[in-house]
Amino acid sequence: MKRTLEQIEEQFQTFQIMNEEGEIVNENAMPDLSDEDLKEIMRRMVYTRILDQRSIALNRQGRLGFYAPTAGQEASQLGSHYALAQEDFILPAYRDVPQLIWHGLPLYQAFLFSKGHYKGNQMPEGVNALSPQIIIGAQITQAAGVGLGLKKRGKEAIAITYTGDGGASQGDFYEGLNFAGAYAAQTVFVVQNNQFAISVPVDKQSAAETIAQKAVAAGIEGIQVDGMDVLAVYAATQEARNRAINGEGPTLIETMTYRYGPHTMAGDDPTRYRTDEMDDEWEKKDPIVRFRKYLENKDLWSEDEENEVVEKAKEEIKAAIKEADNTPKQKVTDLISIMHEELPSNLKEQMEEYEEKESK
Amino acid sequence: MTTVAADVKKLTMIQAITDAMRTMLDEDDSVLVLGQDVGINGGVFRATEGLLNEFGEDRVIDTPLAESGIVGTSVGLAVNGFKPIAEMQFFGFIYPAFNQLMTHATRMRQRSLGRYTVPMVIRAPYGAGVKAPEIHSDSVEALFTHIPGLKVVTPSNGYDAKGLLIASIEDPDPVLFIEPMRCYRTGRTEVPAEKYTIELGKAKTVREGDDVTVLTWGAMVNDTMKAVEQWEKEHQATCDVIDLRTLYPLDRDTIKTSVEKTGRVVIVHEAPETGGVSGDILSVINDEALFYLKAPVQKVTGFDTPVPVYSLENEYLPSARKITWAIEEALHY
Repeated sequence: MKRTLEQIEEQFQTFQIMNEEGEIVNENAMPDLSDEDLKEIMRRMVYTRILDQRSIALNRQGRLGFYAPTAGQEASQLGSHYALAQEDFILPAYRDVPQLIWHGLPLYQAFLFSKGHYKGNQMPEGVNALSPQIIIGAQITQAAGVGLGLKKRGKEAIAITYTGDGGASQGDFYEGLNFAGAYAAQTVFVVQNNQFAISVPVDKQSAAETIAQKAVAAGIEGIQVDGMDVLAVYAATQEARNRAINGEGPTLIETMTYRYGPHTMAGDDPTRYRTDEMDDEWEKKDPIVRFRKYLENKDLWSEDEENEVVEKAKEEIKAAIKEADNTPKQKVTDLISIMHEELPSNLKEQMEEYEEKESK
Repeated sequence: MTTVAADVKKLTMIQAITDAMRTMLDEDDSVLVLGQDVGINGGVFRATEGLLNEFGEDRVIDTPLAESGIVGTSVGLAVNGFKPIAEMQFFGFIYPAFNQLMTHATRMRQRSLGRYTVPMVIRAPYGAGVKAPEIHSDSVEALFTHIPGLKVVTPSNGYDAKGLLIASIEDPDPVLFIEPMRCYRTGRTEVPAEKYTIELGKAKTVREGDDVTVLTWGAMVNDTMKAVEQWEKEHQATCDVIDLRTLYPLDRDTIKTSVEKTGRVVIVHEAPETGGVSGDILSVINDEALFYLKAPVQKVTGFDTPVPVYSLENEYLPSARKITWAIEEALHY
């Protein structure tokens, strides 16, 4: 007799549509995307790879602060985001700035986030998203709440939240999945399993064979996806989104991916915990290389088109960093004054005292 | 028998709290009540009695048993346009949710430069004296007054409970509303049926006197009043007894005015002494009225121990004797 666990784990085979050679291996699951959609997804991935390279360089020059590199995770981040509508609400983790940008956060504000300026957290009207989460996992219960609210108002929209393999170890992860499941909240939970929580490998996070199977405990759908396959990530997210809106409950999506760079630019050295062999193995799965092959085979992509995107990205980044640099510095008094809608006397006094001293 | 006008009812504090929630659920569709057992059970203290029937499952939500989940979900609802009233079954059960309060609920307005706010109320029964098991009786208000951006409110009677709770629900920012469970059913006050609010951040002078200021809140208000009434009968001196009602922000003006009048101060709270709100009150007195003091400020507090299991809780709590000793100490220094 098979153990129950074994039976469950067999259900969680990695979902893939396009293999490492850019060949479609699962035609039936192919999402309905126009040629223009396919090209747009490619443009976004190339753009985001350039943004990552430039952000790392700007960080090294001291022009950016906190930065968590994204290269390697483009299919997970942008494939899932491409399945969203403008009204959908994103609750991102700290590495998920690209989704915010493609949801409408101006690039210069993304740079301000990196530069420790609150303006980087202020989503423009019409961009439904929280700023990147710092406390790992806390956004997961909040996503249950946002998704429950959307359901209560009868909105055809979802909340989508992102965390990593480490985030799936947090108590809030289970609490969020469980709550959302019990109330069929319109929420999609994405775990980008990039194999390491800073240095700790995923097999030390959990005895579970997959993170996706943790959905079973909460009584919700779960799926493990090839996170380097943008078509598979898109298709899984689109299905999860439809299910959520149709009242069929939330879904946990685990995307198997890899960050090529360090955890952040603040001194992390991946050679302490990863081997070159491992890096090479994952780079062979690269989401952009494989999608380029796929598009080229369909005559949808050329070197010129790619160069055009690269140049556009570089120009826009240049302009955005300038705009970020020119953004007025924040004042302490502005931060005190925004603590409450109406300031209590202690804060008024602190602000007045500060203003008086500053003016001398 | 006292006659009560038709639009005023004699209610216990727990009934007044229910009345406040009913008033706001009725008035504002974005108000939700959520927590463990708040539905068919009406809450373990019956604070949500009848609300499920009246407003349905969509508005009165029985949650999974997970405090961080309840507060985190409420934060999500709040940034999405709702006004959740989340119930913690006991204040001592709030610790798993501390992270959501400290790192999200209270920071959202500043973090997003006002794009998002969290108009949320967390209600929690607190305090010792009802023979509850361990951890059910904690008075840890000071852990929360230290969180920037969180208002901390505590009523001592039904009338104040309704007005303060409605004001808390209407407040655009997060409010922690702690309810002294010992007062839930110990007395009735006249509570108007209509909607009214009591401004947050305003204390109430519940007894006027000239010689000693006694500052307190929650269940200690009634205990202090009884002690002072008895003591005044036997002495030629009188006390200002002030129910602070809001612990953050403190009503600095009321504290200042009374201390300037009496020059002698006793602070009574059931929380442990070290790090208690009494420290903040002393700081207000230091800033606003130091040279009016005629004696060192006296504190009557719990010990710096956890609230003990209940066979010892009456020894732990400030007693009438301890309160009157402190008054005399302040008076005869």
